[in-house]
Amino acid sequence: MTTAPQTPRLPGASGGFPFLPPLPLFLLQPVLKRIVTKIAADNPDMFDRLGHHRHAYFLIDPVDMPFMLYLRPDPEALDFKALNRRRVLPPHCARISGKFLDLLTLMDTEQDGDALFFSRDLIVTGDTEAVVCLRNALDDVEEPIAESVADMFGAPGRGALNMLRRAAENAQKRKGSHS
Amino acid sequence: MIKPELICPAGTPAALRSAVDAGADAVYCGYQNATNARNFVGLNFTPEEMEKSIKYAHDGGTKVLITLNTFPPAGNVQLWKDAADLSAKLGADACIVADIAVAAYIQKTNPQMRIHLSVQAAASSPEAIRYYVQEFGVKRIVLPRIMTVSEIRGLVEEIPCEVETFIFGNHGLMVEGRCSLTNYVTGQSTNMDGACSPASCVKYERAEDGSMSTILGDYMIDRFKPDETAGYPTICKGRYKCDARDDGYYAFEEPISLNASTMLPDLINAGVHAFKIEGRQRSRAYVKKVVAAFREAVDSIMAGQEPKLADLVALTEGQKHTEGALKTKKWR
Repeated sequence: MTTAPQTPRLPGASGGFPFLPPLPLFLLQPVLKRIVTKIAADNPDMFDRLGHHRHAYFLIDPVDMPFMLYLRPDPEALDFKALNRRRVLPPHCARISGKFLDLLTLMDTEQDGDALFFSRDLIVTGDTEAVVCLRNALDDVEEPIAESVADMFGAPGRGALNMLRRAAENAQKRKGSHS
Repeated sequence: MIKPELICPAGTPAALRSAVDAGADAVYCGYQNATNARNFVGLNFTPEEMEKSIKYAHDGGTKVLITLNTFPPAGNVQLWKDAADLSAKLGADACIVADIAVAAYIQKTNPQMRIHLSVQAAASSPEAIRYYVQEFGVKRIVLPRIMTVSEIRGLVEEIPCEVETFIFGNHGLMVEGRCSLTNYVTGQSTNMDGACSPASCVKYERAEDGSMSTILGDYMIDRFKPDETAGYPTICKGRYKCDARDDGYYAFEEPISLNASTMLPDLINAGVHAFKIEGRQRSRAYVKKVVAAFREAVDSIMAGQEPKLADLVALTEGQKHTEGALKTKKWR
């Protein structure tokens, strides 16, 4: 476990996400809890791919958002909450950093994690094996996680996902035209 | 003209379903043990998952080829025998094998099972291939990535079995003992444990200036500048200091992927029976995109049309690609 407070900054990462107003984190916590509980209930087999890493804490760092996510994918003790990035970070086995839209497209099974790693848009530090297990577990979930989350919130959720998908697609096109 | 089968990778049941849905003629995949040369954590199939996946594939008209493509340590073949028996019981369409003991066992106990010779066996001469066909009933040979199209054409005319060539993915040339390098550094063998650069031995370290170091075991094998694309943490693609160059140097291979999309018509004309896409360790997003792109390309060529080749460079290692030895022996 590492408590390294180092904050990787991706090339080109900006300070804030343009579509959302600042959100008090306490409002996010019950939503995140509901999301992770639903995903776990719908996909009990996914934890097998995590092996002993299911007990580990992962730090998921959308570098262009004001918060980070803290995940323990343990079916016996699920934990998923938002953290203020200016606070001292709690212990974690690994940290996965990338822009919010890139992380979203990973969860939407539209983006390949290795490709984001090759382009340096995804940064992994800490226990690489734990991250690989988490990636494989999430990738084998039947319905894309982004879609499951959107469905939980009905039409507004699906509308928001579609908007984010379009934003991700446009960002991808912009990146392609600059490369 | 033979229409080549599209042989597609799957590291998870979800990836297998993506490959089937995207138009794979066959999917290759393996179990969660040392019989499988992609024996990575969190990846691969349990027997139950394999059974369900074979049914899904067969329902979609897709074959399933099971990778038993590692070499059993002397006197310890039981794991491979059990995997072969299981594959036959589950109705797999072929086993991809590297070791003659495994091939001999399948031929003797499950003679109805097709045997494909893995690239790991590195058979590329007519004499070697004929030996495998005559002695073990091998039906297809997966060629090492060291041959030109012209050499493949000549080989096809001389051998009594089908030929499969890689067309996309990792450009790892399994020659000259390079796979032993990972054993030296990590204590685990690609050829016998199925794990090249196991993730437990890999660390990425990021410096204040944004550069990133790749550490394998106790060794730093590459350091990428902040704006430089990265590659896999494999020792055969490490960048080393040596007397021949002033700076770090990719002494064995560069972080680059094979992409033979422009060579497909030539390979079809050469009589290749199957095209293989590498990437069982990749996500289902990769599988979906790459399989769909090559499905469209192969179908267009067979229909006499100019193939539309999707831009797959974003999915390639280091975001660089090459036709490799298919085009020229001087691919570097």
